[in-house]
Amino acid sequence: MKQILKGNEAAAVAAKLAKPDVVAAYPITPSTDFPEKMSEYVANGELPYTQFLPVESEHSAMSACVGAAAVGARVCTATSSQGLELMHEILFIASGMRLPIVLYNANRALSAPINIWCDQQDSISARDTGWIQFYGENNQEGFDLMLISFKVAEDPRVLLPAMTCLDAFVCTHTFEPVDVPSQEEVDAFLPSYKPKHVKLDPKDPWTLGPFGVPEYYQEIRYTQHLAMKNAEKVIDEVFKDFEKRFGRKYQKVNPYKVEDADIIFITIGSVSGTTKEFVDKARKEGKKVGAIKLTVLRPFPFKEILPLIKNAKIVATLERNISMGYGGAVYADLAGTIINEKDRPFLLDFILGLGGRDITFKDLEEILNVCEDVIKGKKVERPVWIGVNKELIP
Amino acid sequence: MKIEIGGVIKKPGSSMEYKTGGWRTFKPVIDPKKCISCWICVGFCPDAAMEKTERGKPPIVDYDYCKGCGICANECPKNAIEMVLEEK
Repeated sequence: MKQILKGNEAAAVAAKLAKPDVVAAYPITPSTDFPEKMSEYVANGELPYTQFLPVESEHSAMSACVGAAAVGARVCTATSSQGLELMHEILFIASGMRLPIVLYNANRALSAPINIWCDQQDSISARDTGWIQFYGENNQEGFDLMLISFKVAEDPRVLLPAMTCLDAFVCTHTFEPVDVPSQEEVDAFLPSYKPKHVKLDPKDPWTLGPFGVPEYYQEIRYTQHLAMKNAEKVIDEVFKDFEKRFGRKYQKVNPYKVEDADIIFITIGSVSGTTKEFVDKARKEGKKVGAIKLTVLRPFPFKEILPLIKNAKIVATLERNISMGYGGAVYADLAGTIINEKDRPFLLDFILGLGGRDITFKDLEEILNVCEDVIKGKKVERPVWIGVNKELIP
Repeated sequence: MKIEIGGVIKKPGSSMEYKTGGWRTFKPVIDPKKCISCWICVGFCPDAAMEKTERGKPPIVDYDYCKGCGICANECPKNAIEMVLEEK
């Protein structure tokens, strides 16, 4: 049934349909609707078997999630920006203990300066915590990827936590029609979670999260990496299953008019829609431009992306993040993907849309111009900053 | 012992199987001629890796758990304990 939902509500409705045993969350703009909705569902009896824990911080929220998941509960939470950073050390514990916690993250800028608007630095900074990362373009994708997150995370071949990210305000506070399946349909897709690798049994006590001495630590990390590699296959299977049941197709990497493209834009999240429209406009002007949207950032989709970009002249990554003194995160991942290939495109990272600045056709036009200049032989210093108001720079 | 998913330990007491003596660089060696069986080293050993024997005999070092800190050699009033570099 179609419902008109904000991005946050879409994520909460998906989490409700997943019937979690425990939700531990601390409100933070712009994801606050999620814990509000979840506590409402628990209070009004829609989730009779769910424990809602209103904890005192995000560090406690993720700690409570770890505790609950360690005794075999289906667990979810939500956060954003500073909240995700406060969870940071526990994110590693969740993945190290192989607890399939699902986290909904509203992509928001980090302080300082304090800013509540759209920016992907928060989840990009959590990229190496061992969590699977999904990025939605719109509210429907946010809803679907939440359900997909549970299914992938809880697969016995994976058993890793997963986060679904949606852009702050552009998605989280924008109302869109979202197709919401029935409880029966979701139950068939996502049966109840029955883990075998964790339990709480006083008659057969196990030690969870123990000391890992040098003789074992590296092997445990290796098995985590293998689980992430397994997730590559499992994500494809779950995407196919989801499409069969609900009719919406998901791919880790989503190409748009790239077959003959000389210039390819790589995007994550809400800007993907603007980029596709821009591609149409540029194509009408006779320019061979294409776009690729990444739905999955971890595990990084090396295999899927390589054949799509190898014949392009230049690949431009649109980065709502910046590693100061280096450049964009997706650029770095892509550089590693193509570096050993004989035929490879020129890569360039563009930093833009930080702290809620809108990404418009004007910005994309500027990126296109830089790319065309580079093809003609012009040297540019990377990363390329787009839309910086030079008059404000002291 | 094979590792479990997430490093879970399913049988208690597995630390007994882990020999911390492997951390050692210098190994205490007792000269029985100098040792007066005062047991000061036994009292000071932070890992309980020195074991009393009978009067007139030196203590026994449990090399499975001695980490080679050298406190025993430092405290010995007769300088009967030498810390010897261990080649591995």
